[in-house]
Amino acid sequence: MSILSRVKPDFWNHRDGSEGPFKHLFDFRRIWKLAVGLSAAIALAPVISMAVFEYKVTHNAMEAEVLLRTARLVSNTRRTVSFFFSERKAALDLLVRQHTLEELKKPDLLTGLLEGLQKAVGGFTDLGVVDHQGRQQSYVGPYELEGVDYSDQEWFKEVVLRGVYISDVFLGFRDLPHLVIAVKHDLPDGSFYVLRATLDTARFNDLLSQLEVSGNGDAFIINREGIIQTPPRYCGRVLGKISLPVPEYSSRTRVLEEKNFNGQLLVIGYAYVTETPFILVIGEQKAELMKSWYRTRTKLIGFLAASIVAILVVILGVATHLVNKIYLADEKRVMTLHQVEYANKMASIGRLAAGVAHEINNPLAIINEKAGLIKDIFTYRKEYARDEKLLGLVEWILTSVGRCGAITRRLLSFARHMHVSIEPVQIKEVIDEVTGLLGKEAEYRDISIHVDVSDDVPAFESDRGKLQQIFLNLVNNAFAAMSDGGRLDIKVRRETPDAILLRVTDDGCGIPPADLKRIFEPFFSTKKKKGGTGLGLSITYGLVKELGGTISVQSEVGKGTSFTISLPIQLKQRKKGNG
Amino acid sequence: MTEKVLLVDDEKEFLDSLAERMKTRGMDVSTATSAIDALKKTEGESYDAIVLDLMMPGMDGLEVLKVLKKKRPEVQVILLTGHATVEKGIEAMKLGALDFLEKPADLATLTKKIKEAQAKKMILVDKRTEAKIKEIIQGKAW
Repeated sequence: MSILSRVKPDFWNHRDGSEGPFKHLFDFRRIWKLAVGLSAAIALAPVISMAVFEYKVTHNAMEAEVLLRTARLVSNTRRTVSFFFSERKAALDLLVRQHTLEELKKPDLLTGLLEGLQKAVGGFTDLGVVDHQGRQQSYVGPYELEGVDYSDQEWFKEVVLRGVYISDVFLGFRDLPHLVIAVKHDLPDGSFYVLRATLDTARFNDLLSQLEVSGNGDAFIINREGIIQTPPRYCGRVLGKISLPVPEYSSRTRVLEEKNFNGQLLVIGYAYVTETPFILVIGEQKAELMKSWYRTRTKLIGFLAASIVAILVVILGVATHLVNKIYLADEKRVMTLHQVEYANKMASIGRLAAGVAHEINNPLAIINEKAGLIKDIFTYRKEYARDEKLLGLVEWILTSVGRCGAITRRLLSFARHMHVSIEPVQIKEVIDEVTGLLGKEAEYRDISIHVDVSDDVPAFESDRGKLQQIFLNLVNNAFAAMSDGGRLDIKVRRETPDAILLRVTDDGCGIPPADLKRIFEPFFSTKKKKGGTGLGLSITYGLVKELGGTISVQSEVGKGTSFTISLPIQLKQRKKGNG
Repeated sequence: MTEKVLLVDDEKEFLDSLAERMKTRGMDVSTATSAIDALKKTEGESYDAIVLDLMMPGMDGLEVLKVLKKKRPEVQVILLTGHATVEKGIEAMKLGALDFLEKPADLATLTKKIKEAQAKKMILVDKRTEAKIKEIIQGKAW
């Protein structure tokens, strides 16, 4: 709360009391909100929209790049796999073309051929010749498979139909994953035979395991039923079923996005390897692929947030500063306006008083002379025989006229000092004039006024009218605070050789410390309900400042209040041509 | 020696009362209720003092003062007014008024001023007479 109130600008709690058509001009909170809102919108909207736009564009570009890279990798790998098989198929083709069935049936030759294949191409474990009835005519390899009948096996039917056959990876009775590749060779007499070779999967696996797949990726081959053919790094094991559905057939490389069982988004590229039952699958974690972009994105968002904060701080600061400036200027304007108004009012009162005094003086003079004449008659003519009682009455009239004269003279002197500027002033005279004006009220309320001007106070340069106003305001204030029968002290001392000290002390109700700070503020009044304008002390403050002095206040609730004014003896001429 | 005084004021009531009171005090008082009247009266007579109201309809006190001073520099004028302002007072003194009193004025004060005026005028008249005599003495061949 205390921090908030410290940060809170002056205008925040300002409530303009005046009603009128221009009231909205002084709603500073609204002005502030408008300024902050507008400038924030103008400053932030482009920044944020640029950032969002940029984000989208780079995100899409990055994604496209990732997909493209995967697609390229898949299609390259497919070519490799495809080549692997066509190479082996071509080798077998070559054998059947260069050798007759009779030659191939010789185990010696076949052994030599197998060795040749193993050396030149690699990956072959055995080699067998199967005749058109499906019977294995000759065989070289680690197993005793001569004479095995394949006639009702699937692969045999397939190779008869298509001329070439590549099997899925299977364990077979050897309990090792392997695959079979077979080519049919038609003979001139219309019959045929088949050269069948078994490939171990090691070389096949190497093709994929050596593949560098980024983004925690995996590359493996499945068959069309979704059985995994080469050992994957993460997604299951060989001859297991993959967790994802088998992708639909496509003659070209395709890339799609799929969620795995962990909910992670995967980029999956696949391609059907032609002339084989295999589908090449490369899966990568999208998050890993986008990692570098995410890093950049985090930095950018951080930068964006920082700039937004900076912009907001600057806008808030500038708006607050400016609105506060406006507020202060406005306060000053209102203050000046009221001071002018007050001065005008005082001047009008002065003119009125002077007019009244002048007009009254003439009839007063007549009364004076008439009464004087009556007195003369009583004094000089014998027939009125010096009637003491009548003489006394006339004397009373004359005394009263004298009093009236004194009052009009005082009014005139008050009016006269309204516009007089700097002149030597005897402070005692000023105080007497003020207490003279307020003397009656003091008398009615039984307030005793003690004026104590020490002898070393010289006549000093000042504005008599303003001094009068200052004292009038202070004494009036004191009267308002005091109860009947109080005591008002006015003391004047020479403080330093250059300054005199005036102190007006009452024994009234005092001012609470909370109000004490605001007492010189304009429109601060505790007498508002009783018709106070809250301007008296602020005008007094302004007047004291104009006279080059300072004013301070000490107060204790219940004990009284003391205003202390320090005025310079020699007034510095600040304004020229003032009188 | 009686003082010969001319009172000028537009308020007849005031004028009459004051005149009567001054007469009872042994002064030779004439009155005039307007500036024109006052100027007429000063044509033929010579007064020791003229008590002049500042504010009068037509020609005001200061103008009368100017005319009077032009005609007879030795004339002594006391201004008496309810409209006392410092500027007017200063102007009056500059124009050669003897004094400036505020209404309602104390008769004793006024009397004192009139006596002063008389004395001053006598000195002036004496000086003039002396000068004249000197002139005559020097001018004529005896």
